[in-house]
Amino acid sequence: MNARLETRGLHKNFGSLQVTQDVSLRFDSGRRYAVIGPNGAGKTTLFNLLTGELRPTEGRVWLDALDLTALAPDARARAGIGRSFQRSNLFADLSVRDSLAIAVAVRRRVAHVFWRRFGSYRLLAERAEELAAQIGLADELALLVRHLSYGSQRQLEVGLALACEPKVLLLDEPTSGMSPEETAAMQALIAGLPRELTVVVIEHDMDVVFGFAETVVVLDYGRVLAEGSPEAIRASGAVRERYLGHPDDGAAPAGGHGR
Amino acid sequence: MPAARAATGYASAPGLRAAELLPWAAALVVFFAAPTYVPLGGYVLIIILFALSLDLILGYGGIVTLGHSAYFGLGAYAAGIFAVRVGGDPLAGLAAATAAAALFGLATGAVVLRTRGLALLMLTLAIASIVFEVANKWTEVTGGADGLSDVPVGPILGVFEFDFRGRTAFLYSLAVLAAGWWLVRTIVGSPFGVALAGTRENDVRMQAVGAPVYRRRLRAYTLSAALAGAAGALLTQTTQFVGLSTVSFELSGEILVMLVLGGSGRLYGAFVGPLVYIVARDYLAKQSPEYWTLGIGVLLVLIVLFARGGILGLADRALEALRGSRA
Repeated sequence: MNARLETRGLHKNFGSLQVTQDVSLRFDSGRRYAVIGPNGAGKTTLFNLLTGELRPTEGRVWLDALDLTALAPDARARAGIGRSFQRSNLFADLSVRDSLAIAVAVRRRVAHVFWRRFGSYRLLAERAEELAAQIGLADELALLVRHLSYGSQRQLEVGLALACEPKVLLLDEPTSGMSPEETAAMQALIAGLPRELTVVVIEHDMDVVFGFAETVVVLDYGRVLAEGSPEAIRASGAVRERYLGHPDDGAAPAGGHGR
Repeated sequence: MPAARAATGYASAPGLRAAELLPWAAALVVFFAAPTYVPLGGYVLIIILFALSLDLILGYGGIVTLGHSAYFGLGAYAAGIFAVRVGGDPLAGLAAATAAAALFGLATGAVVLRTRGLALLMLTLAIASIVFEVANKWTEVTGGADGLSDVPVGPILGVFEFDFRGRTAFLYSLAVLAAGWWLVRTIVGSPFGVALAGTRENDVRMQAVGAPVYRRRLRAYTLSAALAGAAGALLTQTTQFVGLSTVSFELSGEILVMLVLGGSGRLYGAFVGPLVYIVARDYLAKQSPEYWTLGIGVLLVLIVLFARGGILGLADRALEALRGSRA
């Protein structure tokens, strides 16, 4: 299968603290992945290494044949990596429409144009409206981002990542802090993503994880503890002991790499 | 909840509004109806252009600088030196000064913009200090502490002589300001300008959506330096003098105060701020030559405490309240 995003031997140290250790993963084209693990397992650090917010101490990141390791976040975004942030990271004083339109303008390579009016690009506003409909914010286009509800802000996070028309979409805890209704809306949004898109989601809610993921990656102390189908992960004693909160002394810890 | 709606979104921004012609009408009224205010008015126009250049990077780019007088002063000295050594054609001098300030803006911006926040502020301060010391010490070229006086300035386009009542100077400054205003207005409403506002709002997010933030900021910074240089050149040409005050730290601070007073990131705050500040200073200095800075200080404290967004922000809120009570 055509490998989309791949890491080989990623290490990240902050001083003597090893946050990521020897992570080699492959995110295949069009597959749905969940990354789980206890707090401090290095999930967001892994994302930051994939998107270029952080440079690895060691190891490489590839997107298809392109070595991303030395590229800055903006170059990686242009190469096809879209991300949402764990804490909403938005344009607080712009409207939803403008926020999305800016991201579309960057994607469509018109953000350097200084001689034409932004508003004269019908395409930007139209695409922004499409995206808003996709993320369920069609009625909130004119609202300032800071006036959006928390759930809507989380959805806009995803919308901004989608505006980059990514090949790989990385979502960092899209449902964290959400009400059940908001979580359901986010689940529907993730389920409705185009099939060819590779989706990697950091998620704490196991119902959400087992609802969409085809492959689950378990991180622990910066290492890949296990990787496999949701069923295999659920069955894995090591994972349950470390993370799922059902210590089960009877299960064999080796079951983690079942696939 | 009407307050939650964006007053003017970029994606649906209208064309030129009638109110935007107000400053130009006001300038012409001063020119024809109040000849005694023409010299002061010409000075205000120049400072407005300077404030406008700062608004582009501060108001729209979110780059807080305390060294913008470096570019204003560089343009002022470049225009003076050009006139003394090359020739007195004002437009050629203006072009040379603008180009010099742009180049210097590009070179210094390339360093400064690699940093953020306090480090950036300190670097801009350092650059302004360096320019000041060069102007102070390089006496044979800059005139040192005496500056350059009696700078030769020829007629504009070989036709319009500068007159002692400042009428030509006023119209010349007005025309250059109009060109600068049109440029900045076009830019802040363009995809480039909106993306620049995006970097002000959240540069991490702008990078994450694929925008080369550093390059965009550098472009804006260079352009802002060019406009500041043009304003400096105007001051030299219309007063036929250039001195150390054009590169002083005080001026960097003052222009920041004027912009904040008017309201940054609003384009017209750069018009209102300098006008109110200079007129207030003129008035207060007459009332109390010793303590007028206190009056300015109190004004600023009031604005920062009660009117974030400056005078225009205050006006916006007043209008909104008026509409709200009518609806």
